[in-house]
Amino acid sequence: MSIQSVMATADIAARRRASVLAALVVLVVLLVLLSLGVGPVRLSPVSVIDALFGGGSDVQQVIVREIRLPRAVLGFAIGAMLGLSGAAMQGLLRNPLAAPELFGAPQSAAFGAVLVIALGLADVRSYALPVAAIIAAFVSVFALLAIAGRNAGLLILILAGLAISSLAGAATALVMNLSSNPFVVLEIAFWLLGSLEDRSFRHVMLALPFIAAGAIILLSQRNAFRALSLGEETAQSLGVDVGWLRLMVIAGVALGVGGAVAVSGAIGFIGLVAPHLMRPLIGHDPARLLIPSALTGSALLLSADIAVRIIPSTSDIKVGVLTSIIGVPFFLYLIMRERRALSGGVA
Amino acid sequence: MNGAAFLTAQGLGVKLAGRVVLRDVSLALSSGHLVALVGPNGAGKTTLLRALAGLVPSDGEIRVRGEALSSLPLRERARRFAYLPQGHLMHWPLPARDIVALGRYPHGATDPARLTAKDAEAVLRAMQAADVTEFSERRVTELSGGERSRVALARVLAVEAPVILADEPTSSLDPRHQIDVMKTLRTASDRGGLVIVVTHDLGLAARFADTVLVLSDGRLVSQGAPAEALSEQVMAEVFRISAYRAEHQREAVIVPWAEI
Repeated sequence: MSIQSVMATADIAARRRASVLAALVVLVVLLVLLSLGVGPVRLSPVSVIDALFGGGSDVQQVIVREIRLPRAVLGFAIGAMLGLSGAAMQGLLRNPLAAPELFGAPQSAAFGAVLVIALGLADVRSYALPVAAIIAAFVSVFALLAIAGRNAGLLILILAGLAISSLAGAATALVMNLSSNPFVVLEIAFWLLGSLEDRSFRHVMLALPFIAAGAIILLSQRNAFRALSLGEETAQSLGVDVGWLRLMVIAGVALGVGGAVAVSGAIGFIGLVAPHLMRPLIGHDPARLLIPSALTGSALLLSADIAVRIIPSTSDIKVGVLTSIIGVPFFLYLIMRERRALSGGVA
Repeated sequence: MNGAAFLTAQGLGVKLAGRVVLRDVSLALSSGHLVALVGPNGAGKTTLLRALAGLVPSDGEIRVRGEALSSLPLRERARRFAYLPQGHLMHWPLPARDIVALGRYPHGATDPARLTAKDAEAVLRAMQAADVTEFSERRVTELSGGERSRVALARVLAVEAPVILADEPTSSLDPRHQIDVMKTLRTASDRGGLVIVVTHDLGLAARFADTVLVLSDGRLVSQGAPAEALSEQVMAEVFRISAYRAEHQREAVIVPWAEI
C-alpha cells in the first residue's frame, strides 16, 4: 500500500460524488423550468425560458415572472433549507432519525407566526412574522438539545421531540381557540397546512435573507460534523468546540426553518427524507451530505409543488399535506430499519 | 527534553456534579515513557485522563513542555494531546481510512478527500503502525471489534502528538490483540512520545509500562516502576487482592491471585 493508492481510492469516490452532484443540479434546474410551466396555463420549457428573459407575450411574461417565479424560487430555497437542516441535525446528533420536523421546530415556528397574526401585532407580510417564527424555532431546538443532553440516544430525542411538537401544536390550537374572528382562524388553519401557492416576491424577500443566513451558518460548520462522527468527546479532543457547534446548528436551523415556515407554513418530512436518499449515492460522511441533501430537498419540494398542481381534485391540495402523506410512511420504514437501536441496542 | 518532565500536573482536582472525583494529584512525566494508570473502578482514572486532555475543567495546573494547558488554544491542545476514549465510538459507516484521516483534523486537514502529501503520509504511517492498511477502504461498522479498535488506535497515532492518552485500549480484545495494541503504543513511546494508558489489566501494565501510577479514591497513592508501584502493600490496600509475582524475560510479572 502506498500514498498513491491511498489518494487514488479517495479520488474515485470524489469523482462519483461530483457526478451525483452534477445530476442533482440538472434535475433541480429541470424541475424549476417545469414548475414555471405547470398551472392553469401550460407552457413548454422553451416558452418558459423565452418569457424569463423577456421574450414571448406579455401574458406569458406575467405568468412566468410574476406568478410562478416566486413560487419556484421559494420551492427551491425552502426545500434546500429543509434538506440542509435535516442533514445538519443528523450530523450533529449522529443520528439518522434526526430532523427539525421530528423535533417540533417547524411546529414551534408556526406557533410563533400564528401568535403574531392572532394578536394582530403585524400583518401577514411583515418581517415580524419570520422573526417570531425564528425565535420560536430557536427556543424549541435549544430546549430539545438541553433536554436530551449530550450523547442522547434515539429514544430520548424522539420522545422529547414529540413532546415539544405536541406542545407547539397545543399552543397553536389554543391561540386559534381563543381567537374571536372565525375568518382569521380559517386562514391560520389553511396556512398551517403548508403551501407555496399565491406567493409573491414580497414573500421571497421575507424568507430568503433568513434562509441564506441559516444555510451559510450550517455550511460553515460542515467539517466539524465529520469529526463528530467519533463522538463529542473525541471531536473536542480533535479541536472542535462542540458547545459552539451546537449553538451554530441551533441558530442555523432556527433561522432557516423559521424563515421558511413564516412564508410557507409547515412543510414536513423533507429534512428527514433528503439525507436518506443521498446516503447510498454519496456515502455516510455527514459533511459531504449537506449540499446534496439541500439539492435533494429542493427537488422534493419542487416535485411535490408541481404534483399538487397536476393531481386532479375538487379543491387544491396543500403541498405540506402531500409531503407529510409521503413522508410519514417513509418515517415508519426508517423506524423499522432502526428498530434494533430504538429498542435499546447499540445506537 | 530527555529526562526533563514533559507533562506536569500540580494540585490537580476535579469535581463532577458536585462530587470530588480527583483531589490534589501531582505528577511529572517524561517523554519516551509508557505510563500505565491503574486503580479500582471509580478511582478517577478516566477523569484524570480527560483532565489531562483538557476535556473536563479542573483546578490546579497542567503544563506541557512548560506551557500552561489552559493558555493553549483548542487546536494547539489537540495537536499535543491525542485522546483515545473508551468504546471506540464510530457513528457512521465511514471507510476506515477516513476515520484515521480525522487524526489530521487538528493539523488543518479537515477533509479526508483533500489531504496534503504530508498529511497523507502521516495517515499511511499510522495505518501501517496499527496494521489496518488491508481494510482501509472497508466501512468501520463492518469490522470486527478487534479491527475497529486498531482503526481507533491508528486514528490516534495519525495525530502524531507528543502525548497519547488512551483509555482502556485493550478492553474487550483477545490476548493477542491486547499485546498487539500495547506493542504499538510501546513503539510510539520508544520513538519519543509520552503514552499514558488507563488499564485494569495489571499484567499488561507490569509487562509494558515504564511507570505505573496507582489511583485510589481520587488520589495518586503510588507511582514508580511496575514492581515498586504495584507492591504487595499497594495490592493489598488499594486492590484488596494478593498477587503472584515473578520475573520473566526481565519484565515484572504480576498475576492477580486472590481477594483479601
